[in-house]
Amino acid sequence: MKRSVYLGLYVVIAILLILPFVLPNSFYMDLAIRMAINAIIVLGLNLLIGFAGQISMGHAGFLGIGAYASAVLPTHFGWHPLLAMGAGVVVTGLLAAVLARPIFKLKGHYLAMATLGLGIIINIILRNEAALTGGPDGMSVPPLGLLGFDLTSDKHWYWVVALLLSVSVWASLNLIDSPFGRALRALHGSEVASQVAGVDVVRYKVAIFVISAVFASLMGSVTAHYVGFVTPNFADFFHSIELVTMVVIGGMASVYGSLVGAVLLTALPQALSSLEGWETVAFGAILMACMIFMPRGLVPTLAAKFGRGN
Amino acid sequence: MKDCFLLVRRVLGSVKMIALALATSIGVAHAQESIRIGSILSVTGPASFLGEPELKTLQLYVEKINSQGGVLGRKLELIHYDDAGDSSKANNFVKRLIESDKVDLIVGGSTTGTTMSAAPLVEKAGIPFISLAGGVVIVEPVKKWLFKTPGSDRYSIERIMDDMKKKGITKVGLMTETSGLGQSSRVEAQKAAPKYGITFVSEESYGPKDTDMTPQLTRIRNASGVQAVAVFGFGQGPAIVTKNYAQLGMPYPLYHTHGVASDEFIHIAGKSSEGVRMSSPALLVVNELSNNDPQKAVLAAYRDEYKARYKEYPSTFGGYAYDGLMIAIEAIKKSKDTNKEKVRDAIENTKGHIGTSGVVNMSTTDHMGLDIGSFRLLEIKQGKFTLAR
Amino acid sequence: MLAQFLQFLFSGLTVGATYALAALGFTLIYNASNVINFAQGEFIMLGGMLAVFFTQLGLPLPVALLLAIVVPAMIGVLLEKLAIEPVKGAETVTLIIITIGASLVIRGLIQVWLGKGTHSLPAFSGDAPIALLGATLLPQSLWVLGVTAIVVLALWYFFNRTLQGKAMLATSFNRVAAELVGINTSWVLFMSFAMSAALGALGGILVAPITMTSYDVGIMLGLKGFVAAVVGGLGNGLGAVLGGLLVGILEAMGAGYISSAYKDAIPFVLILFMLFFMPRGLFGSKSTDRV
Repeated sequence: MKRSVYLGLYVVIAILLILPFVLPNSFYMDLAIRMAINAIIVLGLNLLIGFAGQISMGHAGFLGIGAYASAVLPTHFGWHPLLAMGAGVVVTGLLAAVLARPIFKLKGHYLAMATLGLGIIINIILRNEAALTGGPDGMSVPPLGLLGFDLTSDKHWYWVVALLLSVSVWASLNLIDSPFGRALRALHGSEVASQVAGVDVVRYKVAIFVISAVFASLMGSVTAHYVGFVTPNFADFFHSIELVTMVVIGGMASVYGSLVGAVLLTALPQALSSLEGWETVAFGAILMACMIFMPRGLVPTLAAKFGRGN
Repeated sequence: MKDCFLLVRRVLGSVKMIALALATSIGVAHAQESIRIGSILSVTGPASFLGEPELKTLQLYVEKINSQGGVLGRKLELIHYDDAGDSSKANNFVKRLIESDKVDLIVGGSTTGTTMSAAPLVEKAGIPFISLAGGVVIVEPVKKWLFKTPGSDRYSIERIMDDMKKKGITKVGLMTETSGLGQSSRVEAQKAAPKYGITFVSEESYGPKDTDMTPQLTRIRNASGVQAVAVFGFGQGPAIVTKNYAQLGMPYPLYHTHGVASDEFIHIAGKSSEGVRMSSPALLVVNELSNNDPQKAVLAAYRDEYKARYKEYPSTFGGYAYDGLMIAIEAIKKSKDTNKEKVRDAIENTKGHIGTSGVVNMSTTDHMGLDIGSFRLLEIKQGKFTLAR
Repeated sequence: MLAQFLQFLFSGLTVGATYALAALGFTLIYNASNVINFAQGEFIMLGGMLAVFFTQLGLPLPVALLLAIVVPAMIGVLLEKLAIEPVKGAETVTLIIITIGASLVIRGLIQVWLGKGTHSLPAFSGDAPIALLGATLLPQSLWVLGVTAIVVLALWYFFNRTLQGKAMLATSFNRVAAELVGINTSWVLFMSFAMSAALGALGGILVAPITMTSYDVGIMLGLKGFVAAVVGGLGNGLGAVLGGLLVGILEAMGAGYISSAYKDAIPFVLILFMLFFMPRGLFGSKSTDRV
């Protein structure tokens, strides 16, 4: 007798529905929205890192492309924000598709280096083209208009993001259980074996890279419109590492792990902000402790502990 | 079972958030009586050069004022966050200050970037924000709730251009930092150059964390007709440029702006800083000011109090924070209240306030209240700042 | 023309030597344990910052420098014992996160203890620039290049002519086989971290008089060292050194001849191209995967 795969999804939806009535003020609402946005990005990244077993150390670059597309195109060229968002997605998708083939010939640390290089190059371009992008100080982003209605209030954004999150979780669960998902997991297990079994390894790698990049670009645009302001730091190396950390700490190849990782690592800097000067040390120590004692990530480790017992 | 456990996890997560919220609100209840001053400063990160002395100054004077009975009989409470020079962190923390910590006003924003990222929030929420950054864009066009204490970058640049003109220098090489300050300074410089008959025959840039700028300086040296070099940046970058400059034996005058107006610059650049000219607020040369100078008393007092507490000479950046706090307090005293509208109006009506950057006269069209007089021209002689002749 | 080229070359070689030492550090640890130590950059920082600290305490320069190499070596060993050994066999990504966490802890502790200021070390033999064919060179640059060359030679000798060195090499080729012939692989791991940290610290000390040091110099240096190690072919010592010098020179030439604004991007762009055509770096060995 198998529990519905979607039980976790229902729990997530239930929490999302209750949360606005429990949160004390708009700052916590803002935090929740950021957690949800990160969760969606991490879901996409986890497909790449956890399920397909690849590495991306420059994912924030794709966030940056989406965010700046939504900032620059409407501001300097008069495009409608939705169109700009689409443009960001298209550009990111194309870039990912073009680069995926040569990049995925590399393995292990060489792959990490290539994706790192990509992210850094994007960051540098954003920083330098100040006339378009406002340079290191960033630029403001016009609000997103949907059906003639400008999205500016926190409450409205919350529901938009909650909807997106629910859809993303549902999509991920379905993807993993589909032939596509099984091919991915086979790829992770052994590339050569899956090739022998008939899986077009290259095509799947490209596909998953493009999918996770597009997730990122979309959420980059969403973040840009939500915060109303975007800076090149959004696309820098540290942000890329933060995202990878969320994947790993939550649990690679675990959909709910992605959510937990995103929630924890978005809240952590806020919780540590009172530690005057010791935040870096505390953050680093927590990272190390988590990885040393729970190398597979929070959710898989705890699930194994509680799961087997029953 | 996995799902049961997950449900418990998520509930625990929510409980944690609620607990955090309760704790914060209890904190608020206790401190009902105090005047809450919020601050976001770049204490760590690339702008820590600015943020650290600013924080130290705010802490020093909040303590001092509280020990003297506070303001309007109420204690001051400083709530500060470190944005590490990152504008989106700044935006996030300002939200927290406004919504969660419920501060009465904000004195902070070490850099133009962090200030501007907070601007929309501050305008929407209707809370006075006194910025400690120098970008012209902060007060042009004037925004209702946004003020600033440093003299604008534009005046700092014009001050050195004025000296160049006096010396008959018309062809200048530029070393611009890729930071926000560097880039906006370059824009201001290009706007102001024609007024002083100056053209830029060579423009190079460097990153704030770069360790060797000899390639760029070599290119400038090879540009024809160059008569002087100006560096726009802050922190350690310009100091390394200065060291490289001396190493290469470049013979022309070297100019810096207020982004490096502090003892740290001389400390890092060492002997190579000899002869460097810099625009800076008068704090660094208090002793040389004549006794008639309106700023002398205020500057001397700030210097002595900061030195007594922190055992080092204050930097001009700390001075910006000092001015911000004092203007805010004066406004609160004048309006006899912490009502945000009243305090804002009082800040806007600041007249004749003597600060570390000069005498401040604000108005509805001027939310800074300073002019080119807020920057003096200094020269470094034998490891010390002196007024240039 | 020549003078300009030489100036860029000197600049590139000097900074390249630091990258080379960092890359060697990465390589040593990678060979012994398959771990990419993202805290390598922090060892470079520790070398410079501790040298400043010990000199300010009043210790004579040679003693201060020695301590500034020994202490990071001990910290490197600590890192290995506490953070790497317990998780032997974990996935690559997990190990990366651990070393990133370690780098944060080290950097954070130095930030709290020694402050955020920038510090300088006195140059070892003065700072009067040396004129050479129209370009100038700092005496400290000669120290950097000279000591790096000596270190590289010493390491070559160690790995090729001494028993301990050969034992370390054997472990990097095949750990199980090495254990079977009686090599103490735990000792090898221990030594690799200690040596790697010492190398990094040495690099930091050598270059501090030129580039200054502060609590956060480690980040960029570590990153570029990693780039250099990969360019040279991960696991190859000679490749690491050449990779470091190459990255340094590319940067300087990029800044000098192409665009100073994009100089940081140039090494990465070229490296991307390189990896596309030479997926194992300059000297990386062809490897076979067991299926």
